[in-house]
Amino acid sequence: MPESRTGPIRFPLDHVGLFDPPETLRSLREERPVAPMTYADGHVGWLVTGYAAARSILADPRFSSRRELLHPPVPRSMTPDMYKPSDPGQFVRMDPPEHTRYRKLLVARFTVRRMKLLEPRIREITEERLAAMVAAGPPQDLVKGFALPVPSLVICELLGVPYADREEFQHATSVFLDWESTAAEIQTALDDVTTYLSGLIKRKRAEPTDDLFTELITGGELSDVELVNIGFLLLAAGHETTANMLGLGTLALLRHPEQLAALRADPSLIDNTIEELMRYLSIVHVGPIRAALEDVEIEGELIRAGDVVTVSLPAVNRDPTRFPDPERLDITRPATGQMSFGHGVHQCLGQQLARTEMRIAFPMLFERFPTLRLAVPAEKVPMRDTMLIYGVRELTVEW
Amino acid sequence: MRVQADTHRCIGAGMCVLTVPEVFDQGEEDGLVVLLDAEPPPERQAAVERAERLCPSGAISILREAEA
Repeated sequence: MPESRTGPIRFPLDHVGLFDPPETLRSLREERPVAPMTYADGHVGWLVTGYAAARSILADPRFSSRRELLHPPVPRSMTPDMYKPSDPGQFVRMDPPEHTRYRKLLVARFTVRRMKLLEPRIREITEERLAAMVAAGPPQDLVKGFALPVPSLVICELLGVPYADREEFQHATSVFLDWESTAAEIQTALDDVTTYLSGLIKRKRAEPTDDLFTELITGGELSDVELVNIGFLLLAAGHETTANMLGLGTLALLRHPEQLAALRADPSLIDNTIEELMRYLSIVHVGPIRAALEDVEIEGELIRAGDVVTVSLPAVNRDPTRFPDPERLDITRPATGQMSFGHGVHQCLGQQLARTEMRIAFPMLFERFPTLRLAVPAEKVPMRDTMLIYGVRELTVEW
Repeated sequence: MRVQADTHRCIGAGMCVLTVPEVFDQGEEDGLVVLLDAEPPPERQAAVERAERLCPSGAISILREAEA
């Protein structure tokens, strides 16, 4: 492939069709799974497209998540804060032991057992949304009526954030994730959500309620700045990710009717279907991102201290050395080990919540609407082409 | 086969519990790995090995015969 021989490439963003990652990623993975890449600010770092290399980098403490060490892999406006060390509570962009302290405060809330306890309530929430869709009648936007509200309602209830206030965090999240947003837009959105959450913290301190956010607020271990940052992180990560998996996952199953038929014929395939949809779609299309703290050799490439490394999840999840015939959606293949939740100490805190939501929402949707189909041609479905998390902007369906 | 689980490395992702609930659990208070069966029977070996591979933080290790 010419790019890798003639010099560093740029991060490729041109999706093929609805579901396939840029062609460049595939050729890179074959020729140079750890390849030099020019970042948006001119930094020459690396792009990782091989599964084995990604796994070893993400598990290696010599690769740091500290925000002040990173460079942007895609052209996006940066607020001045984005070049500074993370503020207290922004533990996604921290290393142990700072990261560990925050993770430990939260991890007991997201265990497999705790998530099982949420199942009946998630089922109720899903049922309410489906009933509302039936009442309104076809055609309808599945994102607005189902994919976005289900996880938003769940995370709001878990945290104790009024669902009526959802615009406050949904808007900030989508501005933050859109690389076409200007620095001023990002700053305003973050300021607004900070004001909102500060007010909520005050109200909950005055009138405690039975929820996770109240427990963190009254627990006495976190400052207000930490509470705001953790609150926004949980809200953002808690709705936008699952929402896009539900929207894009539904589209993927509708476009692969034989797979949907197989799931309908054998509902016990649901757990593996979720792993396979996550592998096939890897909705996080940019990152995880790390910075080398010292010189490290990976797959024969010398990564120098200070070099930034960006993993392409769509590329590693379709690495044929790990997943044979990787371009095919196959809900019966062994798909565990897909890397869409990341790997290493930062692996998704809410992954068992996401799995629980999907395990409930997909089957209930397809059971309620046995004739669910697209109401627009597939090529007309608006895709989230400028977002750090891929998905559908709208999915108009009928039944 | 002997299994070890390191709570200092554990980040509470829950993959082991999801993979072999007969062998691993998560603490109610801290969410971290709890080893239910340090010497699982041979029929669970493949699943325990899968849990070892899936663990994101390398908290699970298996001592094979030679090392045990």
